[in-house]
Amino acid sequence: MGGNLKTQSHHSVAVRLNEQMGAKKGFTFIQAYRAWFPKLLMLWILVMAYLSLSIYNYMDADNKVRRVEVLSSMCDQRARMLQDQFNVSVNHVHALAILVSTFHYLKNPSAIDQETFAEYTARTAFERPLLSGVAYAQRVVNSERESFERQNGWTIKTMEREPSPIRDEYAPVIFSQETVSYIESIDMMSGEEDRENILRARATGKAVLTSPFRLLGSHHLGVVLTFPVYKSKLPPNPSVEERIKAASGYLGGAFDVESLVENLLGQLAGNQAIMVYVYDVTKSSDPLIMYGHQYHQDGDMSLLHESKLDFGDPFRKHQMICRYHHKAPTSWTAINTAFLFFVIGLLVGYILYGAAMHIVKVEDDFREMEELKVRAEAADVAKSQFLATVSHEIRTPMNGILGMLALLLDTALSGTQRDYAQTAQACGKALIALINEVLDRAKIEAGRLELEQVPFGIRSILDDVLSLFSEKSRNMGIELAVFVSDKVPEIFIGDPGRFRQIITNLVGNSIKFTERGHIFVKVHLAEPSKAMINGKSMTYLNGGSDEGVKTSVGRQFKTLSGCEAADDQNSWDTFKHLIANEEHRTDVSSNVAANNEASEHVTLMVSVEDTGIGIPLCAQERVFMPFMQADSSTSRHYGGTGIGLSISKCLVELMGGRINFISRPHVGSTFSFTANFGRCKENVVSDLKKPKLEDLPSNFRGLRSILVDGKLVRAAVTKYHLKRLGILVEVVSSIKMAVAFCGRNGSATSGNIVPPDIILVEKDAWISGEECDLNIQQLEWKQNGHIYKLPKMILLATNFGEGEFDNAKAAGFTDTVIMKPLRASMVAACLQQVLGIGKKRQQGKELPNGSNFLQSLLSGKKILVVDDNKVNRRVAEGALKKFRADVVCADSGKAALHLLQIPHNFDACFMDIQMPEMDGFEATRRIRQMESKANGEINGGLEGVARKGEWHLPVLAMTADVIHATYDECLKCGMDGYVSKPFEEENLYQAVAKFFKSKPES
Amino acid sequence: MDRNQLRRQVAHMRSSLIEQHYLDQQQFVQLEDLEDDSNPNFVEEIVTLFYKDSSRLFQKIDQALHSVPMDFAKLDDYMHQFKGSSSSIGAIKVKNECTQFKEFCLAGNAEGCFRAFQRVKHEHEALKRQLETYFQVPLDTFFLSGQLYAVFD
Repeated sequence: MGGNLKTQSHHSVAVRLNEQMGAKKGFTFIQAYRAWFPKLLMLWILVMAYLSLSIYNYMDADNKVRRVEVLSSMCDQRARMLQDQFNVSVNHVHALAILVSTFHYLKNPSAIDQETFAEYTARTAFERPLLSGVAYAQRVVNSERESFERQNGWTIKTMEREPSPIRDEYAPVIFSQETVSYIESIDMMSGEEDRENILRARATGKAVLTSPFRLLGSHHLGVVLTFPVYKSKLPPNPSVEERIKAASGYLGGAFDVESLVENLLGQLAGNQAIMVYVYDVTKSSDPLIMYGHQYHQDGDMSLLHESKLDFGDPFRKHQMICRYHHKAPTSWTAINTAFLFFVIGLLVGYILYGAAMHIVKVEDDFREMEELKVRAEAADVAKSQFLATVSHEIRTPMNGILGMLALLLDTALSGTQRDYAQTAQACGKALIALINEVLDRAKIEAGRLELEQVPFGIRSILDDVLSLFSEKSRNMGIELAVFVSDKVPEIFIGDPGRFRQIITNLVGNSIKFTERGHIFVKVHLAEPSKAMINGKSMTYLNGGSDEGVKTSVGRQFKTLSGCEAADDQNSWDTFKHLIANEEHRTDVSSNVAANNEASEHVTLMVSVEDTGIGIPLCAQERVFMPFMQADSSTSRHYGGTGIGLSISKCLVELMGGRINFISRPHVGSTFSFTANFGRCKENVVSDLKKPKLEDLPSNFRGLRSILVDGKLVRAAVTKYHLKRLGILVEVVSSIKMAVAFCGRNGSATSGNIVPPDIILVEKDAWISGEECDLNIQQLEWKQNGHIYKLPKMILLATNFGEGEFDNAKAAGFTDTVIMKPLRASMVAACLQQVLGIGKKRQQGKELPNGSNFLQSLLSGKKILVVDDNKVNRRVAEGALKKFRADVVCADSGKAALHLLQIPHNFDACFMDIQMPEMDGFEATRRIRQMESKANGEINGGLEGVARKGEWHLPVLAMTADVIHATYDECLKCGMDGYVSKPFEEENLYQAVAKFFKSKPES
Repeated sequence: MDRNQLRRQVAHMRSSLIEQHYLDQQQFVQLEDLEDDSNPNFVEEIVTLFYKDSSRLFQKIDQALHSVPMDFAKLDDYMHQFKGSSSSIGAIKVKNECTQFKEFCLAGNAEGCFRAFQRVKHEHEALKRQLETYFQVPLDTFFLSGQLYAVFD
């Protein structure tokens, strides 16, 4: 069964693990989209790139617009200027034409000849900066040619400077500016361009221009301007024929456009920046260049501006085209801005990405940690279970060993054999104790340890602990003592087992490390802090006396054994204040006590003082850590695992207290702790007090005794034990004083007052005192002829050397010797022996653990064993029958229920837990339901009926499992306890005794 | 003496059973403890019971092992019963094999269950042989000499 439960719980751990993992699957948003992050980052980078490009474009477009504006304004400016200058020149030619018309034709004879014309034109050339020169050609019809030629003395020539062939009309140049004198006598109509020009000019009456061509002189590109000169005044709005008729000559001028524009541009700023072209676009399909480098293509071809030019000739169209010389300079601002924007965007993107990745990583780590944590917790649970299992596994064989040893010890053995067996048994018990400690520790760590809340008496527990160690302390000659202050209530509520464990631990530790001196356990209420303070201040005041009294042996301290202790709290100077204070309180201020009683809790202050080797200063910090001892040599020398103190600490903390210590190397250690306990209500106390206090017989009440003890602390301890028995104690410091005391009593009271019943003498008081005194005294008493019986002389001793015992007997301690450590029950036993009273009680109590007792407990009881397993059932039956129980078996929970109808025929039921169909838990639950129903009916119906109490069948689980949780489960479903399977006598006894004891009549 | 020799032989056998870990000492001793005048053949009775019970359980387990699909819960249940019985008589080796079997059951490992069951049976047989001889000896001598149960005290 154990195996199955274990595996189940392992399984459940695994399931829990899975569940937790499952719960973690609900990722955060970030986790859910983690795969998208690189893509998002790329997208972000692209968006940023696009945005920065847009920014660049936007800023660049701005630049371009400005550039275009600049270009157009510059171009327009140039075009306007060119046009203006051109127009000025044309106007001037017009003026010349009128001049010629006026002075050549209207004057007769002509006022102009070649000389005049040349002179005039040369002097007015500044007015016509664009014209390389002007010339006047006269209109000559063929009929007039001969006369004309004769008149001028030259023949009309063609452009090629050959005599002109005959034509209808001629236009030979008669006047020319000096710069163009080479064209004199040349017929202008012989050139195709000029002829056309002339015809157009005379038809329109306006200045007309040729298409551009290379000029004769300069080979620059140029145009020829032709202006008609009319003989007579023309009628307003003349027709074309009228104009042709009236035309008498033509004034022409060659515009050197190239140099003209060159000049013009030279005057303007920004000349270098732009390239200017001037085109004749009369034929739009074939623009003729007038200015500009035709093949010069390295300018900024992407951007150009066209400006219209109007040179006053409606027939021809011109335009100016401007370009930048250089490509637009790269805009660094825009680039920088865009680039910075991109970089910032990139960084932001990367930071976000990084943050996201970091979050992902952290979350991953977190989950990993969680997982590890879960695993660690699972491992911890597993560890606890493992510990529980292992310790159980060890316990089982150990129980076998111990049981065998116990059996062995029952047989007839020789002394040596017995000794060996006993040693083996002691070792086994120690091992079991150790395993229990480890199990405890595991339980505490697993948080599964819960304190019981039951009433208990601290004094009996301390006595028990003392008895555990008395053997050891006696052997070692250590004085072991317990003192509980009167203020500590008899009974209070808490966990006696755990309290005992703490005390046992501490005392055990002390015993381990103490070779001489004493171990002193003192318990008082933590409340009288005032007293403590008082005591402290007093010790300060009495500083000198506190140092101890010089004796021949050396320093003598006022502690229990006279050895120095680490903490002087328990030295007499402090101690007496405590006692005095308490006595004062109990005697006088009952209201204070009432006050105390009213509070819910009792806080105890327990200190365990020893005069051992102490704890080295460097190790004091680690004392409460598990598995730590002062150093490894300690464990080699003294043994132990070092787990005890850490368990004690945990337990003390569970009890709401604190543990600490004072230790001085080579002087000793004092461990003290506080613990909270519930105060017991009075009525409860009266119920429970009896069984607990039963241990102490009450038939010593009123006895009077004298205690001879030089050491005050020790005397207080002895007094405490005697007081518990109800014996009145008078303390004197030496035998002499005792004698004096008796004598005084005897003499002062003339008969009525009795001498003490008992005289207790400490061994060292006896040794230091004169031996003969007592005998003398006894003799005196005898001689005085007192009728009272002599006081019993009792020697108190820690240990005896060789022959000392005989000495003591010889010295008059014939009555008895009480070996320390003192325990009230032991003292009582001794006194019983001495005084011969109250013997009868002892009989019933013997061998509570023996199988006899178990038999007496179980004999005749009707017990139901429920187990589905035949073999197990038979074994259980056999085991119970062995103790004379009347056993009935049932093989399932249902069968058991069938048998367990109310009224119950059975005294108890042993129930297997794991059974098919209905397990032990369920069966018990049903039984309890049934019972509560029946109880309800009883209470509801017949109240006064003799059937006292309620139906409650003790149900004990049978389990092979020691895990605490199983036990809890047992209790939860209404079971009364459990026995381990297979049955062990002790375990069975413990389980059975609990409820068979409380029902003594059944 | 003959009886002494016999007694020694029995004691030897018993201790070898325990030493070879066929039997758990504590458990077996406890069983022996339960024998008294009113119940003189208790151990033998229990062991016989065990073998009777186990043959029944084996049959069931065999059936369950060959059923399709395999009902591991059922198997575990049967084996738990068998394990309980084994642990009761202290058949420690058998019990250990049972634990193995249960582990496989828990893991749902059919193959492992088969193998573990083979081992369980094997151990069970081995123990049976041992116990048979063990009980055979004292039983025979019981008829001969009458008073051999002192051995168990």
